[in-house]
Amino acid sequence: MTATTLHHLTRGRYRERAAHVLLFFCGTLSILTTLGIVAVLLFETLAFFREVPLFDFLTDTQWTPLFADKHFGILPLVAGTVLTAGIAVCVATPVGLVSALYLSEYATERVRRLVKPVLEVLAGVPTVVYGYFALLFVTPLLQTVIPSLSGFNALSPGIVIGMMIIPMVSSLSEDAMYAVPQSLREGAYALGSSKLQVAVKVVVPAAFSGIAASLLLGVSRAIGETMILAIAAGQQPRLTLNPTVPIETMTAYIVQVSLGDTPTGTIEYRTIFAVGMMLFLGTLALNLVSQWIKQRFREQVG
Amino acid sequence: MRIEAHTLARMLSRRRGMELGFKALAVTTLAIALGSLALLLLDAIADGAGRLSWQFLTSFPSRKPEEAGILSALVGTVCLILLTAVFAFPIGVGAAIYLEEYAGKSWFSRVVEVNISNLAGVPSIIYGLLGLELFVRAMGFDRSLLSGALTMALLVLPIIIISSREALRTVPRSIREASFALGADRWQTIWHQVLPLALPGILTGSILAFSRAIGEAAPLITIGALTYVAFLPDGLFAPFTALPIQIFNWVSRPQAGFHANAAAAILVLLAVLLLMNALAVFLRQRYQKRLNL
Amino acid sequence: MDETTALEVHDLNAWYGHTQALRNMSLSMMERRITAVIGPSGCGKSTFIRCLNRINDLMPGFRVAGRVLFKGQDLYAPGVDPIEIRLRIGMVFQKPNPFPKPIYDNVAFGPRLCGIKERARLDALVEESLKKAALWDEVKDKLHHSALALSGGQQQRLCIARALAVEPEVLLLDEPCSALDPIATGRIEELLLDLKKNYTMVIVTHNMQQAARVSDTTAFFMLGQLVEFGPTSQIFTNPRDKVTEDYITGRFG
Repeated sequence: MTATTLHHLTRGRYRERAAHVLLFFCGTLSILTTLGIVAVLLFETLAFFREVPLFDFLTDTQWTPLFADKHFGILPLVAGTVLTAGIAVCVATPVGLVSALYLSEYATERVRRLVKPVLEVLAGVPTVVYGYFALLFVTPLLQTVIPSLSGFNALSPGIVIGMMIIPMVSSLSEDAMYAVPQSLREGAYALGSSKLQVAVKVVVPAAFSGIAASLLLGVSRAIGETMILAIAAGQQPRLTLNPTVPIETMTAYIVQVSLGDTPTGTIEYRTIFAVGMMLFLGTLALNLVSQWIKQRFREQVG
Repeated sequence: MRIEAHTLARMLSRRRGMELGFKALAVTTLAIALGSLALLLLDAIADGAGRLSWQFLTSFPSRKPEEAGILSALVGTVCLILLTAVFAFPIGVGAAIYLEEYAGKSWFSRVVEVNISNLAGVPSIIYGLLGLELFVRAMGFDRSLLSGALTMALLVLPIIIISSREALRTVPRSIREASFALGADRWQTIWHQVLPLALPGILTGSILAFSRAIGEAAPLITIGALTYVAFLPDGLFAPFTALPIQIFNWVSRPQAGFHANAAAAILVLLAVLLLMNALAVFLRQRYQKRLNL
Repeated sequence: MDETTALEVHDLNAWYGHTQALRNMSLSMMERRITAVIGPSGCGKSTFIRCLNRINDLMPGFRVAGRVLFKGQDLYAPGVDPIEIRLRIGMVFQKPNPFPKPIYDNVAFGPRLCGIKERARLDALVEESLKKAALWDEVKDKLHHSALALSGGQQQRLCIARALAVEPEVLLLDEPCSALDPIATGRIEELLLDLKKNYTMVIVTHNMQQAARVSDTTAFFMLGQLVEFGPTSQIFTNPRDKVTEDYITGRFG
């Protein structure tokens, strides 16, 4: 082996080592991000709970940290979040599932290639645009049908969030249905089923876990939505399930405080982290359950 | 099955009816979904097209809606996304390369994978909280372009990693094996063989990730991006605003004039997004032939 | 011996897109007899049997010309509903395909489609079908367990029970034992001989010994055409066609 070859090889070894180390750090950055999120939320939330008892936080029915008479009950914010997410799911589930069934079992390749990308556009529209639509188009439109509907309400953003998550539900459910083996369909046809019966009685039950996982992910997305609610839902935390009045969600509250002049280190400042912690835990739980369900589904269908 | 003829006939015709009924339902449902999208676009165009003008694009925001423009927001968005890309692209692709080419199927790789898909599902506003404590306060970058870019980089990192990994996976094993057989080490193989082939896919995925980032407002508001900025950012540490935030600001005002501005800004934002997505699709189609197998 | 024709095929041609899979096939299958279809891979055996219950209709681009008569009625006549055909001509597939549901619901699936809802009647049908498929004793205490927990052989017998629950007149079996071990295969062959008393059967098999064991008539296909057709004993001991003889004696295939 000549001297230059040896030199070349040694340089290569250092370069390989350096590349490996550098890339390793890139790989671990995501872990650091998660740790960072948890650390930040935990730090401020613990400071928060040193001043506000956890029991009050979880059970008080009023949320007024920015007023003189301070209450720190998160239930109104949770109610607002759950209400709007619930409405969104009520919109997205039927539309998403019917679309998925149709695209998976009925549509020709040409139709699928045309419709699917267009549906995906619904997911790509920036949320501020949806917020605009909800406040300035949907709410006035609904007011013609429901005169008592307030200018800020839960119904309008809820419907629009539903629009936004339709592709998520549709696409993931369709993947689950598509994965059902053709042999099961043939077995059902051989017994005299019609196409709809095969779809509803064989494909959907077989794809059920995948469909459930997609719905959970949709809920998680709806819960984490911020701008549509900051624009169209209002800023009045209210423990109610009435969709026609202004409410405030967890995410919109964080925006509200961020827009103001709350100094750091105060209890008001810490509230956004306590709320953020609830939000993080909620969406994390939903995402983990969804992944677990998908894992079980993979094992079942094989 | 021994069913009488007329019961059978009735059953069959009922089933045929249900088939037609479902197809009608599906078409109606899809029409409603897509129709709502069309309504949204038409609404924005109707409200905002009138405001689109050179003046609009080159003016700063103002208290008078007719004089307000999106210059600071547009420039802010462009600077922000470029800076975000500077951070997110190399790190994201690097992480993808590490996970795909080096780490293999180890438990560490699994943990990172699960972690990344969880991060992809974390609401964007939580990233804002992270950025607030970490970049704005702890590192002292204050409410600046730098803080914004770092926060957004963390937000899009999971998406870039996931799509880059997929692009790397499409490169056939045989190419790597051929390179190794010729005596190349792993990094040389990646740099000279794998990356060039995967690059179009990586770029496409990254462009799509950035186009999602452009539409984000929540994390930026949380780290303190201002909603009324009548100047251009003059450095990394300058305060800034972005298009989505300007839109949010204008929508939140009661005057109809500002609503029209918001609609016009929406059209500009959608145009930018359309361009980026078209670029991504163009890239994907142009280089699809490269990996001709 | 009372021999009526159950299924008659006249000049059957079939295409997948531009590729022709079956050419000018004509043969008859007798009632309450087992007809075996043998031949090398790609000869069109599966395509043929799948034409008999029109399950090939599910394949886009599939075309048929010719007639398939069931009790005198052409199955491919315009206006004939394939669903109706499949209620009278059932099918068991090569790889057992039970639904991921309880055993009971698998067998009850077909009857429920026909509108039978009363619990008592369903229970009776399920029990009867499982008994006919020689599976009842093994599963009677776990009817509500998942069908996927059964062994391969049991799953296939379940698929047979499921097909029988619809009370068809004909049962088509597309290589029903090729995914099973010899013991399970033996049990199913026994079952088929037993079912012959009440059902007409057409079985596709790549196993010549199996064809010799269970069938009354055998058809030998090659490259989409019918080469020879006749009583099983004659085909295997004294084939008329040289090609048949070569296949039977293992010179190719």
